[in-house]
Amino acid sequence: MSAHAIEADPLYGLMAEFETAGELVAAARATREAGFKKFDAYSPVPIHELDDAMDLHDNRVSLFTLIGGLIGCCGGFGLASWVEAVALPLNIGGRPFISAPMYIPITFECTVLIGGLTAAISMILMNGLPSPYHPVFNVERFADASRSKFFLCIESGDPKFDRYQTVSFLEGLNPEEIAEVAR
Amino acid sequence: MAQPVELPDKIVVGPVIDEGHSLASVSDKIAGIVLKRKITLGWVFGFLIAFGFLQLLMAGATWLFVKGVGVWGINIPVGWGFAIVNFVWWIGIGHAGTLISAILLLLNQSWRNAINRFAEAMTIFAVMCAGMFPVLHTGRPWLAYWLLPYPNTMWLWPQFRSPLVWDVFAVSTYLTISAVFWYVGLIPDFATLRDSAKQLWKARIYGFLALGWRSSARHWQRYEKAALLLAGLSTPLVVSVHTVVSFDFAVAQLPGWHTTIFPPYFVAGAIYSGFAMVLTLMIPVRTFYGLEDIITIRHLNNMAKVTLATGMIVGYGYMFEAFFGYYSADIYEKFMIWNRMTGPYAVFYWCLIFCNVITPQFLWIKKLRTSPLMLWVVSIVVNIGMWLERFVIVITSLHRDFLPSSWGMYWPTRWDWAVYLGTLGLFMTCIFLFVRVLPMITIFELRMLLPGARVKEPVAQ
Repeated sequence: MSAHAIEADPLYGLMAEFETAGELVAAARATREAGFKKFDAYSPVPIHELDDAMDLHDNRVSLFTLIGGLIGCCGGFGLASWVEAVALPLNIGGRPFISAPMYIPITFECTVLIGGLTAAISMILMNGLPSPYHPVFNVERFADASRSKFFLCIESGDPKFDRYQTVSFLEGLNPEEIAEVAR
Repeated sequence: MAQPVELPDKIVVGPVIDEGHSLASVSDKIAGIVLKRKITLGWVFGFLIAFGFLQLLMAGATWLFVKGVGVWGINIPVGWGFAIVNFVWWIGIGHAGTLISAILLLLNQSWRNAINRFAEAMTIFAVMCAGMFPVLHTGRPWLAYWLLPYPNTMWLWPQFRSPLVWDVFAVSTYLTISAVFWYVGLIPDFATLRDSAKQLWKARIYGFLALGWRSSARHWQRYEKAALLLAGLSTPLVVSVHTVVSFDFAVAQLPGWHTTIFPPYFVAGAIYSGFAMVLTLMIPVRTFYGLEDIITIRHLNNMAKVTLATGMIVGYGYMFEAFFGYYSADIYEKFMIWNRMTGPYAVFYWCLIFCNVITPQFLWIKKLRTSPLMLWVVSIVVNIGMWLERFVIVITSLHRDFLPSSWGMYWPTRWDWAVYLGTLGLFMTCIFLFVRVLPMITIFELRMLLPGARVKEPVAQ
């Protein structure tokens, strides 16, 4: 992908390592302000300041959960009503076939079931998981991203990416270390 | 996210996590329990005892399948014996886990971070034990799928006006959503285990379970949203489950069951027994695994306060059950409560009052709340008390109803005990395996409590 692929190994990107969460947020903000689009920050804890610094405002999980919940809601009520009014209508103590208040527990449980499953599944799928392989793991020190260290990776697919200029840009952010990420 | 609320020292007892921990040290400590710690003799001993009890379940269930539910002590009028007592008891225990993981998350209570994984595990295992009882109680567990709505040649469908069908939906939804919530919480921790594992096979197993999680900010953003949504959905769910369980009783016409106080009183009782079970399990675990710096006295103190508060609600429930028996001016209601207090099962009732109303009052004393041993004793008593409560509700209401000619007595047989003790064995076996193979404390949420997770942007960029 990279126009500057001079080296033998195809390059996925350049990764800078930081000691603290604050440095990572500052670096991510600087990277975005420098015009990079394809980059990502990696941290052992969720950092809410990064949402702002990287302009992350993906609300689709909420939307899908709402849709899933509504499907469950209508499905639960519809199932109970269809069964009791159409499929097997029985007179239970003279109650109407669609005894709405008595179908609320089923409706509620189905709402939560489908809504909850949608929330979890849509989060996993939109994150591109499961992903058995990812280039960032080629950096040995990246194992600490799930433990104690903070990383920023600018990807070679970014139009502004240049192997040498990007290195000097990252050096300006005062990282602990910079590593090339093999694809 | 969770900025700890500043409270005066008089209320807060000690820190949420001991000072001196860093991002790396908590990760290594919790991951090390799973990855590095050798299997000790004590663990093997405990596991074998639990596994031995589990064999009682196998024996009890096998004999039940061979002979039918007649091997139990149930009869007419007491058709709901131990099976329903234990079902309600187990499902109530589960409720603390969801309360800790969902409701306390929404309320931003950061102290929950150290105990939620364990409590959720307890929820799942308790609901597994609970779900078994109604299925066994049908006597024909191989036909349990009849409870579900599915198209069949006889064109028969469940009766959706029945609380028993609501129960099927409530409990199965509860188990599913609890398991999903638990797994979602585990994904980042699986990644930590994968990255810390020294042996390849361990890294492979945890790596498979981690789904390739790489701690990306773009992922965390969606992850936190999903976790919050799951918490928001679980919060009404946990309240609904025991409400529906209480409907099983309250919708019936039987004196002692037919009361409107049941839903809130059942939910409070569930949380009460659940917190007691969390204390029962967590106090030994924090000692054996040296986690006193992470599950601090403050956690125990907070859990003791929740136990006390919900215990008071339960006590209020007992008071009003008795009061309404008198105030209803209904001869059957009056007799029911009188029979409960002075009839053949009176000793159970008064033990229950001792365990659930008198014992938690000791938790007013701060010295007791901050003493692990005393708290553990209280939690055991509460667990017994809550089991007695379900026994009293189920048995004393059924055994003497409207017509004296249809009165009877219920006593459990050895097969009742075998299945009950067997589920305790199943529960403890699962807990023993859980502490060895999964991180028993949510590592990434523990990291969030540390100063290293806070953002202080450097001035010079």
